[in-house]
Amino acid sequence: MSDQKNSTHAKDTGHTWDDNLRELTNQPPRWWMISFYLSLAWVVVYFVLFPALPLANSYTKGILDWTQMKEFQGDLAELEKIRAPFETRIAKMPVSAILGDKELSNYSVQSAKVLFGDRCAPCHGNGGAGNPGFPVLADDDWLFGGKIEQIHQSIMNGRRGSMPGFATNSTPAEIDLLAQHVLALSEGGSNPVGRNLFVNKGCAGCHGMDGKGLEMMGSANLTDKIWRFSPVTKDSVKHTISHGVNNAMDKNTRNAVMPSFAQQLSDAEIKKLAVYVHQLGGGK
Amino acid sequence: MESKDSAHIDQSGIDSLYAEIDYWHVNTGEQTIHAKRMPGRFRTIKWITSSVWILFFLGPYLRWNGQQAVLFDIAGRQFHIFNLTILPQDIWMLALVLLFFSLLLAAVTSIAGRVYCGYFCFQTVWTDVFIWLEEKLEGHPSKRMKLDKAPWNFYKIRIKTIKHILWLVIGVLTGISFTLWFADAYTMWASYFSFDAPMVAWITVGTFTFFTYLFAGHMREQVCFWLCPYARIQGVMADATTIMPTYDLARGEPRGKLKKKSVTEGGQQGDCIDCKQCVAVCPTGIDIRNGQQEGCITCALCIDACDAVMDKISRPHGLIRYASLKELDGAPALPLYKRPRVIVYFSFLALILAGLIYGITHLGFLELKILHERQPLYVQQSDGSIQNKYVLKILNKTDQVMSVNVSATGLEQLELQGVESAFQLSPGRVNAFTVFIRVAPEHIHQGRTAVDFVVHDINQPDIRVNYQSMFFAPNPP
Repeated sequence: MSDQKNSTHAKDTGHTWDDNLRELTNQPPRWWMISFYLSLAWVVVYFVLFPALPLANSYTKGILDWTQMKEFQGDLAELEKIRAPFETRIAKMPVSAILGDKELSNYSVQSAKVLFGDRCAPCHGNGGAGNPGFPVLADDDWLFGGKIEQIHQSIMNGRRGSMPGFATNSTPAEIDLLAQHVLALSEGGSNPVGRNLFVNKGCAGCHGMDGKGLEMMGSANLTDKIWRFSPVTKDSVKHTISHGVNNAMDKNTRNAVMPSFAQQLSDAEIKKLAVYVHQLGGGK
Repeated sequence: MESKDSAHIDQSGIDSLYAEIDYWHVNTGEQTIHAKRMPGRFRTIKWITSSVWILFFLGPYLRWNGQQAVLFDIAGRQFHIFNLTILPQDIWMLALVLLFFSLLLAAVTSIAGRVYCGYFCFQTVWTDVFIWLEEKLEGHPSKRMKLDKAPWNFYKIRIKTIKHILWLVIGVLTGISFTLWFADAYTMWASYFSFDAPMVAWITVGTFTFFTYLFAGHMREQVCFWLCPYARIQGVMADATTIMPTYDLARGEPRGKLKKKSVTEGGQQGDCIDCKQCVAVCPTGIDIRNGQQEGCITCALCIDACDAVMDKISRPHGLIRYASLKELDGAPALPLYKRPRVIVYFSFLALILAGLIYGITHLGFLELKILHERQPLYVQQSDGSIQNKYVLKILNKTDQVMSVNVSATGLEQLELQGVESAFQLSPGRVNAFTVFIRVAPEHIHQGRTAVDFVVHDINQPDIRVNYQSMFFAPNPP
C-alpha cells in the first residue's frame, strides 16, 4: 500500500531535492488523525477538570477541585485510619502494658523508628549507638534505670546529671588517687588509699559504698566497663572528678543534660519511643 | 513425468473449481478474507489442537482438596497449583516458565515452522471459531461476499445482529474465564451477577471482550500480519531444514488450467492446475505457491485443499506438503539430533526444565533471612561482654501457624537472648523477630566470627532451615 502512495503518481507539494526526493501530500493515517483530535479534546477536558491556567494572584481551580496536597492529605487520612486502632490503645494503656503486648510493641518499634531518628539519634546515634558525651542506649547500663517506666520518665521529663567538682577542696594528688581507685573499680579491683578518699570526700554518698551508683540520683555505676564520658583515660576521669557534672560554679564542668520531650511530643509518641529505646538491646 | 490418465478425471468437478476462481484473491489487506472451509486431515488436527483452549474455559472450575486447583491469587500474593503453593519468594520459577515457553517456541519453529500460529495460537483459534459461526449463519464464502455487498434489509440486519451478539458473548465469556483464574471461580460468577465484582475485574472483562471482538471478529489475519512480532522474526528462526507447508515447484510447474485437450498432450504441463483452491482456503489469503512468506501461519489447510484436488485429477498427494527447502532441492535432510540449532535449543530447554524441577522439589516449608544490625555493629555491656543484634525474617510457606525454635552456634558460650519462648509464625508470610547474641570477651578471638542460626519446627524437627550470619566485636589486641 505504501508503495502505491509513494509512486510517481502521488501528489506532491512541488518541492524536489536531489532530482528525485519529493515532498508528498499524503494524509497521515486516519487512526493518527483521530488520536490527534482526541488529544486536543482532552486538553480542553483537562483544563476544565484540573488546575491549569495561572492568573494574576491565583489560578483556575478546575471543577474537580483537585490539588496534589489534597490527594496527599487523603492518602494520609487513609493511613491514619489504619493506625487509629493501635494509637487509641497506646494512648489508653500504661507503657509497661504496651511493652507486654506483642502486637503493640511491634507497632511501636516500627512506628517510632522515624521519631527516634528525628529526636534521639542526633545525640544518641543511630540505633542508640551513642556518641562521645552522649550515653549508648543499646547497652544494659542505665544511669536513671532501664525499666520501661524509667525510660518513659527520662524521655518525658528529661534528666540532668549532677556532680560537684572536687578541684576546689582536693589536692591534685588526691584526685589522682581517686581516679586510680575508680579505674580499678571497673576492673573489679580497688585502690586501698583511693578507697578511703572515696568515702571521706563523700563520693560514696552518691555512688554508694560499693561504687555501683544509685538510679534515684542518676549517679554512674563505677564498677562496670561502661563509662559516661569518653575517651576512657585517666586524664578524662580526673577531669570529671575535678570539675564535676553540670557544676554551675565551674566553666570546665561536664555537660550532661537530657531535655524533656513532654512539650514537643504527644503522650503516645513518648510511649512508643520508650518501647523503641527499651527494645534497642539493653532494656530491663 | 508420466502422462495423465484422463479416464479417471471427473471433468465436471474440475470445472466447478474454475467456476469459482474469480472469488479468490491474494490478500492485500483491503477486503475481508472469506476463506473456504473444507474437511481434511489438517482440518481435523486443527480442531483437536484448538481444543486445548477448552482448558482455559473449564480449568477454573477444577477443585483440589476443596480449593480451586489452579488459582493465581494476586491480592493474597500466592499461586496455588494443585498441591503447590508458590509465594513471591519463589517467583523466579515463573521467569523460568516464561523462558521455557519462549525457547520452546523458537525450538519448535526451527523444526517445523510456526506450529504455534497454525494450531494453537488464540488469535488463530478464536478467529477460526468466529468464522465457523459466521459460516453457520451466513453461509459459505460466496454467499457471505454477496451478503456483504447486498443492501441493508431485514434479513441482513437480523443475521448480522445475531452474529455480532454471538461474537460479543464469546468475548465476554473469554474475559470472564480469564478473571476466574485469579479469584475463586464460583464466588466470581456470583459477584458478576450481583454486580459487586471488583472494578479491576470489570475492566479486565471489558478489555477482553473488546479485543476478542476486534481481533477475532474484525482484524483477524491483519493481527498476524501487522501486530504480532512473531511473524516478523520467524525468518531468523527457520532455516533450510525446517519443514513447512511448501509448494513443490518442480512438480507443479508449469502450471496451467486443466483442459480436456491438454491432458492428452502429456508431459507439457505440471501437476498444478491453477484452480486456486490453496488460495481459497487460506485464512490469511496468501498464495503458498509464491513460497514461504510472513503471512503463512502454517495451518496446512492448503495441503488439505490441494490433496483433495489431486484426488480429483488422479495425481498423487503432496504437491503442497510439509517439506523443507533442502528436501525440495533433493538434498538429504540431517536427522533432528544432528542439527546444531536443535541441539542448542533443546539443551537449554533441558537446563531450564531441570531448574524448574529443582525449584518445585525444593520449595521447602521455611525460609530464613537474617539481618545483622549495622548501627551499632556491636555494643559493650556492663559486664564487658559484647552484644550483637539480629533481625530474623522467617517465612512460613505452609498454610498453618508454625511454632519454631531458634538456636545459634559459632562461638563458645554464646548467649542467645530473645528466644525464651517459641516463635509463632503466621502462615504464608514473613515474620520478623529480634534476637541478641552476647559473648564474654574471653571467648572472642577475632573481629568477625561466623555464626550459624538454625530455625526448626517444634512439632516436626526435621523441618529446619539455617542461615549463616556474623558476630562482630572489637578486634582483640
